[in-house]
Amino acid sequence: MLDRDGIARRIAQELQDGWYVNLGIGIPTLIANHIPQGISVEFQSENGILGMGPFPYEGEEDADLINAGKQTITAMPGAAIFDSATSFAMIRGGHIQMTVLGAMEVAQNGDIANWKIPGKMVKGMGGAMDLVASSDNIIVAMTHTNRKGKSKLLRACTLPLTGVGCVRKIVTNMAVLDVVPGGFKLIERAPGVSVAEIQAATEGDLIIEGDIPEMVL
Amino acid sequence: MNKVVTNAKEAIKGIADNMTLMLGGFGLCGIPENCISALVEADIKGLTCISNNAGVDDFGLGLLLQKKQIKKMISSYVGENAEFERQMLSGELEVDLIPQGSLAARCYAAGAGIPAFFTPAGFGTEVAEGKEIRDYNGKPHILEAALHADFAIVKAWKGDKLGNLVFKGTARNFNPAMAMAGKITIAEVEELVEPGELDPNFIHTPGIFIQRIFQGVDYEKRIEQRTVRSKA
Repeated sequence: MLDRDGIARRIAQELQDGWYVNLGIGIPTLIANHIPQGISVEFQSENGILGMGPFPYEGEEDADLINAGKQTITAMPGAAIFDSATSFAMIRGGHIQMTVLGAMEVAQNGDIANWKIPGKMVKGMGGAMDLVASSDNIIVAMTHTNRKGKSKLLRACTLPLTGVGCVRKIVTNMAVLDVVPGGFKLIERAPGVSVAEIQAATEGDLIIEGDIPEMVL
Repeated sequence: MNKVVTNAKEAIKGIADNMTLMLGGFGLCGIPENCISALVEADIKGLTCISNNAGVDDFGLGLLLQKKQIKKMISSYVGENAEFERQMLSGELEVDLIPQGSLAARCYAAGAGIPAFFTPAGFGTEVAEGKEIRDYNGKPHILEAALHADFAIVKAWKGDKLGNLVFKGTARNFNPAMAMAGKITIAEVEELVEPGELDPNFIHTPGIFIQRIFQGVDYEKRIEQRTVRSKA
């Protein structure tokens, strides 16, 4: 099984040179620590920066420089700052090549739910609805099951949706899966995790073709 | 042309109970701290506030929530605020959650004379309920209307006496779009300068959108999530 950092490390392998990438709050943020050697990507944060850099050194925090998670950040050389309307023009206009975000549920038709638990948790969707509706390359980073041990990969979402038919790939602590017609296609297993264990943790239809390789991290 | 007012108290003159306000900022970054304090002091009630977030319990719009001055919030993300959650779940506070990009575009649209537009964000979700759906380029979109406000209140780094504004860092966020959408727009700035002192090539918000401007005082600029790395 992978830890949060392992999930981020595996998703980082999907990055391609020259891409503009939006990383959501939580596990996706960690991807920035694992950019493969020899490629360069630009991170966009939807509150208004391209070329987001690492956290500042202690004492160098700037209240006027934060990411969408409201964390203090730095700007890389060549960064650009812009307003929210321009930021979402980049997103909605299809100028971002990869978006990674967390989820509470993903359905096998690519639906995603991550913004509301009726009667319990209502934080809002932030930019997630704009992001998932606008990119062809939506990757979900999440644990395979929730805290109660229930699968988060479902036939159909039970929670209010964030977007429909939009998720392309899912990387969990147990597996890499592609969303294809008919179900979740198992692509890779996490180190030490068997196909049977993945099957048991997946409520939706799992498509298994041939030998499933273990991830190389 | 005189847009300069002496302070926040003077700037908010005319804001009355039950009005709709827009307030710039993302989290606590780039919020109009001086005007929020003045609104608390003036005890104006029944406000509809359009702002990406609702502050934290004891800062930003949280200060207005504490005094129950807000009737309705229109936002995209409202976590991190216990009093907000309590008022929402008890039904005291009406809340309209909308996608962040749609929020920005709806403010911009109001200022730009575009009454409504189609966006893919929110299709197939609660957000689309009751809204017109139309396909463009083989993809469904929902109709979103422009958002107007009686007053928009923004915060900039520098401004000149004609209302031209320059923002710093990601404190820009919603401020430029909201500045365009107010019937009256108030700008509070850290430094107010004479016309000609700001390079016209680097103005973020042109003065035409601003009706009142003043130099604010005692900015706290609270950091919500202080994240650092060690030098070692």
